[in-house]
Amino acid sequence: MSGLRTQVGQLAHRSVLRTLRQPAQIVPAIVFPLFLLAVNSGGLKDATNLPGFPTDSYLTFILAVPFIQGALFSVMNSGTDLARDIETGFLNRLALTPLRGAALLSGLLAGAFVLGVVQAVVYLSVGLIAGAELAAGAGGALVLIVLSVTITVAFGTIGLFAALRFGSGEAVQGLFPVFFVFLFLSAMALPLDLLTTDWFHTIASVNPVTYLLEAIRSLLIEGWNLDDLALGFGIAFAIGTIGMLAASAALKTRLVRT
Amino acid sequence: MTETQRSGGIEVEGLVREFKNGPRAVDGIDLEVGQGEIYGFLGPNGAGKSTTVLMLTTLLPPTAGSARVGGFDVVSEGPQVRSTIGAALQEAALDPLLTGREHMRLQTAMHGLGKEERAARGSELLERVGLAHAADRKVGGYSGGMKRRLDLALALAHRPRILFLDEPTTGLDIQSRTALWEEVSRLAAEDGVTVFLTTQYLEEADALANRVGIIDHGHLVAEGTPAELKAEIGRPTVEAVPRTAEDRERMAAVLERFGERAGSSPRGVAVRLDGGESQLAEVVRALDAEQIAIEHLQLHAPSLDDVFLAKTGRSLEGADEAEEDEAETAAPA
Repeated sequence: MSGLRTQVGQLAHRSVLRTLRQPAQIVPAIVFPLFLLAVNSGGLKDATNLPGFPTDSYLTFILAVPFIQGALFSVMNSGTDLARDIETGFLNRLALTPLRGAALLSGLLAGAFVLGVVQAVVYLSVGLIAGAELAAGAGGALVLIVLSVTITVAFGTIGLFAALRFGSGEAVQGLFPVFFVFLFLSAMALPLDLLTTDWFHTIASVNPVTYLLEAIRSLLIEGWNLDDLALGFGIAFAIGTIGMLAASAALKTRLVRT
Repeated sequence: MTETQRSGGIEVEGLVREFKNGPRAVDGIDLEVGQGEIYGFLGPNGAGKSTTVLMLTTLLPPTAGSARVGGFDVVSEGPQVRSTIGAALQEAALDPLLTGREHMRLQTAMHGLGKEERAARGSELLERVGLAHAADRKVGGYSGGMKRRLDLALALAHRPRILFLDEPTTGLDIQSRTALWEEVSRLAAEDGVTVFLTTQYLEEADALANRVGIIDHGHLVAEGTPAELKAEIGRPTVEAVPRTAEDRERMAAVLERFGERAGSSPRGVAVRLDGGESQLAEVVRALDAEQIAIEHLQLHAPSLDDVFLAKTGRSLEGADEAEEDEAETAAPA
């Protein structure tokens, strides 16, 4: 067990170092969602006039979106890092040690974890400074950060799976626009109840991203809505579990060592 | 269990690796490497060298045959094999964002060395391969030779009894190559490490290896010490180029009086001298007697390339084939 802990610790240390030493991974993951936040909160603020809109601050409503956009960057970052290890043979080097698959995957997600914490703190701070509300108070801020990091790590497992399945950084990066489509086909810009176009409402209502957004929004707009929070955490854990299982299976195929 | 197996060597019988929709990359290889021996595995690109190394290091299951490394079966005892061996595979697989010391820390930790031993072992190996001064620099800024030396240090992190080096000096300048040869020789001579070294450089096999196996199209076509293999070919070769192309056939007829043909070039003729190098003067006199003007005449002592030529009908220097890169071929479908 101590061997496993050491392996996870060392691989996590490497993953964090890699993340911190690549400003090109960190800066876009923080700046791009904030840019979209500025554009959306300014351009769509009249949406708050719609009957049934849950808040009179569109900034507060749309502040949930950067947390999900930031998490999507973690798919790309964790996936491309692992794909590079496959392409350069670094994974083979690790495979020649008594490496355990669980250690490799957990360690690699450490970078996503650190990036997730930084992103969540920055998004929330910028949002609050810009005038957004946080109905759940200081405790809610902490839960929001935990939820955001959970979503980031969960999405990161999908990046790991893609890297192990396809073995190429380009393939992982190709997933990025696909995931953005998921975001746009959710209750990103309006609450689910106000999406009146039938097909869009149907898609958004089965899109798990909608419920991740609603969990974050519940803390910002309502305070403590345990149902929404439970659903958000549950979906994040489900995505993380499925992603981890898929990545573990792909790792077994990728690591054909006897 | 044979002496070779017990003592930390390598024993291979009928090893085969077939890929989907492809030829047999390795087609029934038998070989044995003793403890402390440096075994040079020589062949052109695509011959099956790297595929063999991947199988012996447990990274690729064989299609057929068996192999024991350090006394352990590569199929059924993979973890034991991996704990016995160190490997520097074809490309120096390093993380450009980590420093040399961070690489050492990761590698020693992954092999289960204790916390204090990790730092000491890392520093010792970095010192040994001449990278102590660059230990805290990111590997992205290392030269090719430095990367290869770090790769070697990483392969030695857990004090392996057997070391696999897959084309360790490809692309290196002569100074870096010589430094690596010295370290590999020292490892075998002083530490008793068994070294299995693949190379496409004749001089590398000649300078380093106690024994050489020549592989071509997945088959082991010759094996022995460099001296034995050259002695098998035995005789020196004389190569002559006539001043005018019309004299080429007449020149060939004269030279064939002194021995059998040994390949040919577009302009010249080469024969293996039955009577050894003492016949060179007679060759010159015979060509002169036939009034064949000579543009170029050269005597070659037998080399490993001659051995390769004799065994395969091709020169190793020109035998690289436009085949798929072995490492790519070895990737799982």
